[in-house]
Amino acid sequence: MGRIMNHPVLRPLSQRKKIYFSFNHTKIEAYENETIAAALLASDIRVLRYHEENGAPRGFFCNIGHCMECRVTVNGCANQRACITPVTDNMDVQSGQQLPNPIRKLVKAYE
Amino acid sequence: MNDVLIIGAGPAGLAAAINCARYGLATTVVDEFIQPGGRLLGQLHQEPSGDWWNGIEETKKLVDETKKWPITLRCGVSVYDIEKHAAGHWTVFTNEGRMEATYLLIATGAAEYTIPIPGWTLPGVMSIGAAQVMTNVHRVEVGKKGIIIGANILAFAILNELQLAGIAIDRVVLPMKSPISKKESNPLDVITTITKAGHLAPSPLLRAGSKLMKINRFKEIAMQYYPNNGLKMNGTALQLRRAAIEIVGDGQVEAVKLAKIDASGNIIAHTEEIVEVDFVCVAGGLYPLAELAAVAGCPFVYLPELGGHVPIHAKSMETPLERLYVAGNITGIESGKIAMAQGKVAGLAIASKQTSSVKKELHEAIAHVEELRKTSTIQFMDHIHIGREQMDGIWHRERTS
Repeated sequence: MGRIMNHPVLRPLSQRKKIYFSFNHTKIEAYENETIAAALLASDIRVLRYHEENGAPRGFFCNIGHCMECRVTVNGCANQRACITPVTDNMDVQSGQQLPNPIRKLVKAYE
Repeated sequence: MNDVLIIGAGPAGLAAAINCARYGLATTVVDEFIQPGGRLLGQLHQEPSGDWWNGIEETKKLVDETKKWPITLRCGVSVYDIEKHAAGHWTVFTNEGRMEATYLLIATGAAEYTIPIPGWTLPGVMSIGAAQVMTNVHRVEVGKKGIIIGANILAFAILNELQLAGIAIDRVVLPMKSPISKKESNPLDVITTITKAGHLAPSPLLRAGSKLMKINRFKEIAMQYYPNNGLKMNGTALQLRRAAIEIVGDGQVEAVKLAKIDASGNIIAHTEEIVEVDFVCVAGGLYPLAELAAVAGCPFVYLPELGGHVPIHAKSMETPLERLYVAGNITGIESGKIAMAQGKVAGLAIASKQTSSVKKELHEAIAHVEELRKTSTIQFMDHIHIGREQMDGIWHRERTS
């Protein structure tokens, strides 16, 4: 998605330092002091995580840290909220992944 | 140790910090967002006077003021637990370690209700507030064409902001009838809240008709004759006789399935249509974000007039727990201006515990909150005045028992 550079009421976007980070090993352009979720959306990426249990794709939902839908792994640290975590140069971001569920397999086998 | 620790750097928290620090209290404000301002940041609307209420500029004024005083402002700090120490002070546990303070003010604001409909977890579906922050604060487009589900004051205020930024909203529709959507899915109830929005009413017709609309019979007639394709609000159709029944897409939002509904919100069979969009905003309204007050042990009361479960508090913003204060939307859903005025009250109430000469200023600040409430142009809760009176009664009973 594009960036809203000019706005009829708000000030024009100020010059910010361009930085790069990686999302699932792909290089992404971003600006200093913006959130991971905003930088990824500006690069047309909406899927931030796959549901731990059923693997369904999830994106940011509340965008202010309340709903926990946008959890990503940042520099190896899991469950960081992409909507309130600022990107930094060379940051490594990985989408949250579906986790193995051996109990479900057992239940299915029993059924 | 801090004299005062404030959780939340929105309008209430920042105004409180300034008023504590003015009276010599060592004050720290923490907030988990990347910048201070809270929900004030996203706000942008034109006042009846023609002036713009610009949340980013209002935040800047508050933050500039905090810099004149010995206030520590820390962003990116999340609070997850609160304990009262045996010695009487508060210990607050955060992702940046423990903090201690003599007085604690919880000014965590509001969170959004959502209205689940099939497909609502698809990437590209977001709360209306999320779209507001992405647009006005982060300045990234949320999509090329979207739909808003839910027709309420919050939705119209933010629709206006999205239109200003050039974001295309195809239409506003109601959520499908369900045990959760309740009034939001009933066209008759929706038109009642819309007509109360005054200047935010989506058309001159509704603005003029708002007095008539207080009579139920007129509402029913209005819904009978409500245009099939809706009324236009700056190019966006307000379709009160359409409900979203499913959000569809492979991996992310691609379309919304709509159906026609009758005046009570019941789906009319065989009227489904598919509208292609790449994002969806769900507008369910706001509720007080009050968990931390509960964690601290503060007693609560459920007052739907204020937006939900709220910590018991006085007009001075003190709670039944000694040295615990609350301010802003945690006490009830109102505008940013009122949150700011309440923050001032809380700050002065804390300061008055040390400096008794503050009392006069405190009483003036309390009167100012009530004056603002009377003259407010935006009112999120229809019966806010009743809710505030009820809370005052509950507080006095709590004190005397």
